[in-house]
Amino acid sequence: MSEIIKTATRDAYGKALVELGNTDAKIVVLDADLAAATKTGMFKKAHPEKFIDCGIAEGNMMGVAAGLASAGYTVFASSFAMFAAGRAFEQVRNSIGYPHLNVKIGATHAGISVGEDGASHQCCEDIGLMRTIPDMVILNPADDVEARLCVLAAAKHNGPVYMRFGRLAVPRVFDENYDFQIGKGNILKEGTDVTVIATGLMVNEALVAAQKLSDDGVSVRVVNMATIKPIDRDIIIDSAKKTGALVTAEEHNIIGGLGSAVSEVVCETVPVPVLRVGVEDTFGKSGPALELLHIFGLDADNIVAKCKKAVALKK
Amino acid sequence: MNASLKNELEIFAVKSRLLMLEGVYNAKAGHPGGSLSIAELLSYLYNVELRVDPNDPHDENRDRFVLSKGHAAPALYAALALKGFFPVEDIKTLRKANSYLQGHPSMKSVPGVDMSTGSLGQGVSAAVGMALAAKLDNKDYRVYTILGDGEIEEGQVWEASMFASAKKLDNLVVIVDNNNLQIDGTVEEVNSPYPIPEKFMSFGFNTIEIDGNNLDEIESALEKAKTVKGRPTAIIAKTVKGKGVSYMENQVNWHGVAPNEELYNVAVEELTAQLNALEGEK
Repeated sequence: MSEIIKTATRDAYGKALVELGNTDAKIVVLDADLAAATKTGMFKKAHPEKFIDCGIAEGNMMGVAAGLASAGYTVFASSFAMFAAGRAFEQVRNSIGYPHLNVKIGATHAGISVGEDGASHQCCEDIGLMRTIPDMVILNPADDVEARLCVLAAAKHNGPVYMRFGRLAVPRVFDENYDFQIGKGNILKEGTDVTVIATGLMVNEALVAAQKLSDDGVSVRVVNMATIKPIDRDIIIDSAKKTGALVTAEEHNIIGGLGSAVSEVVCETVPVPVLRVGVEDTFGKSGPALELLHIFGLDADNIVAKCKKAVALKK
Repeated sequence: MNASLKNELEIFAVKSRLLMLEGVYNAKAGHPGGSLSIAELLSYLYNVELRVDPNDPHDENRDRFVLSKGHAAPALYAALALKGFFPVEDIKTLRKANSYLQGHPSMKSVPGVDMSTGSLGQGVSAAVGMALAAKLDNKDYRVYTILGDGEIEEGQVWEASMFASAKKLDNLVVIVDNNNLQIDGTVEEVNSPYPIPEKFMSFGFNTIEIDGNNLDEIESALEKAKTVKGRPTAIIAKTVKGKGVSYMENQVNWHGVAPNEELYNVAVEELTAQLNALEGEK
């Protein structure tokens, strides 16, 4: 049996930036004193003349990014999700979102899997915050292959993009032939009884859960939803019609994230039960990442339980 | 500055004051006080200093101007309209539901507006980003921004100042409209930003203090700024809030309200008299 490849999506982010820097002269990368952790340090090493450290001042960094973008640059601005989306929310909203400038926010260390640093750094609110900004594109890749493709797609997209990356090394889900498109979810496994719509590191958990449920005689469709906004309405509606129940899975508060986005679509089109797996409106805490994911119910077992409940709710 | 140019710039300033008040009066809302205070600064910038072309407002080599104190939009719109970036008549549509002239400047809808502003403290960071872009591209354009003296209570202004100085952005000029008033009172009463020059100096800026309603002093400061290498310039411009309209001058309550018809007519009368006197000096 071949070895499972595990890579943190932040590593793929750093590598993809280097790749972009090799070909695109009008790209600059900004960071706020976290280049080693966000992996923009790889870009700094490869393209020092296109890397700008803004120091510990995320609000100013977003404004500087806006100014650079107004002068024709595609700007990648990086920090931890807590500071990029949280601290600098209003700068992102007013200086980048409102004028629709070409700034790509590379937010790493999202979610509970930050681990030992604890609640102050475990951002489970960023998708909710970014989703309320008009025209903001939100990408939350499941593995390193998808993360790279997200970065390349973000660079080509005209306008602001929020990219969400993790600290923890996660198993590879996609092969090199995977065709990522902004705004398109994809079916990783067909099934008839219930659909799990997952994003980020929960995609792998969803696949594990689907296998377990199959052993119990429950047929599960698994959808990967890397683009949280604009959400792929078609694949949600199709899944609701064909399987009659949905379970969402994300490393984010169950309020405001993927679960909310999916529920909004389903409520207005094909009302079916939607159960949400996510952080249940609570703050995180310190601990080893994998242990924390289980403690907060961000695992295959919880998806299995929610799927069984969702099937039972079907009339 | 020779007398003829000075007369021309003063006429522009008074005409712009008439226009900004026309906009605010028709909108029945807006910020007259802090718009009137910067009329001379904008007159000098748009007539002498800035390398901009109303026929090519997106020229990538143009100088940039960011109105960080975005609530003074009527002053910026008046200057842009008088320079031909858009029709002067459109000022009447300021703040109306179908107008492109938003209550605060929007770069996506108004020709000549280089950055959308209005949330205080943010414009200066964007201006810094533009100045950095010029350096990265080896271009010689310069970037100017006007901040309110109340605005500099925002911490982001100092994040931006620290950064501009660290990156040696000598193509950046930050002008503080020091009219001494903010919404809740004098800046000293509310949360004193004083001493302002010392703060910018300690952040590494070339710092110049002037009377911001005096065109000779504006010229001299902006000329001096161009000779300084390796660091940005801060011009602390002492101004009169509500300048040019007797009942608005130095009055805090004229920060964010429009005059009624009677008071608007008084303002028009006073400004028209100033304009006629200046026209007579030609």
